[in-house]
Amino acid sequence: MTREIIGMVFILLGIMFDFFGVLGLVRLPDVYNRLQAATKCVTFGSAGILFGVFIIQGFNNFGFKVLIGIVFIFLTSPVSAHAISRAAHRSKIPLAKESVVDQYQEDNELRD
Amino acid sequence: MKFIRWLLGLLLIAAFLYGNFYIYEGDILYKLVNVILFCAVFVLFRVLFGPTAADRIVAVDIMGILIVGLLALFGLAQKQSFFMDIGLIWALLSFIASLAFAKILEGRYLDD
Repeated sequence: MTREIIGMVFILLGIMFDFFGVLGLVRLPDVYNRLQAATKCVTFGSAGILFGVFIIQGFNNFGFKVLIGIVFIFLTSPVSAHAISRAAHRSKIPLAKESVVDQYQEDNELRD
Repeated sequence: MKFIRWLLGLLLIAAFLYGNFYIYEGDILYKLVNVILFCAVFVLFRVLFGPTAADRIVAVDIMGILIVGLLALFGLAQKQSFFMDIGLIWALLSFIASLAFAKILEGRYLDD
């Protein structure tokens, strides 16, 4: 019983993070800002949901599949976010008007 | 114009929450699945009206991670563990697809 309550708390936390991350994806002004909000919150959100399901299920076959899913999401999500932001910067998508510094561009100019 | 858009979003969220948690009668897990489906509507908005190509790629990447969480919750509600198999394969395909999209956005193609 306590195991189910703790698992439901993790699932609710994960769904809240999912919702706020998607809200940031809609609201923020720029590709990079949207990527930051969405990736952080959805990584924690979906991993929270999977961890809650793992706590409820325990060590049966469903639990092990969910555990493998957590490891896989933690390994792959930052990699794809990094690749997308690097490609967006190299294809010269402009920053938002409010942004103040672009150190990646400055580094590229110094290297050339 | 901006205020009208903000008010429209707030009304949409309030109507969804009222309909999901007061009118719809079902198990609590199905209500949480409905919340994730409502988040997917926002992601689809960003896919359809994103100003640049990178926005659409970010939205598709986030959609993949969101669906993994949805499948875990749906499997918990139905007490079936094969939904998590579909979730693992979906995460793998979403990761490879976002890497390939990022590479094409950067201007290179798959064979260099």
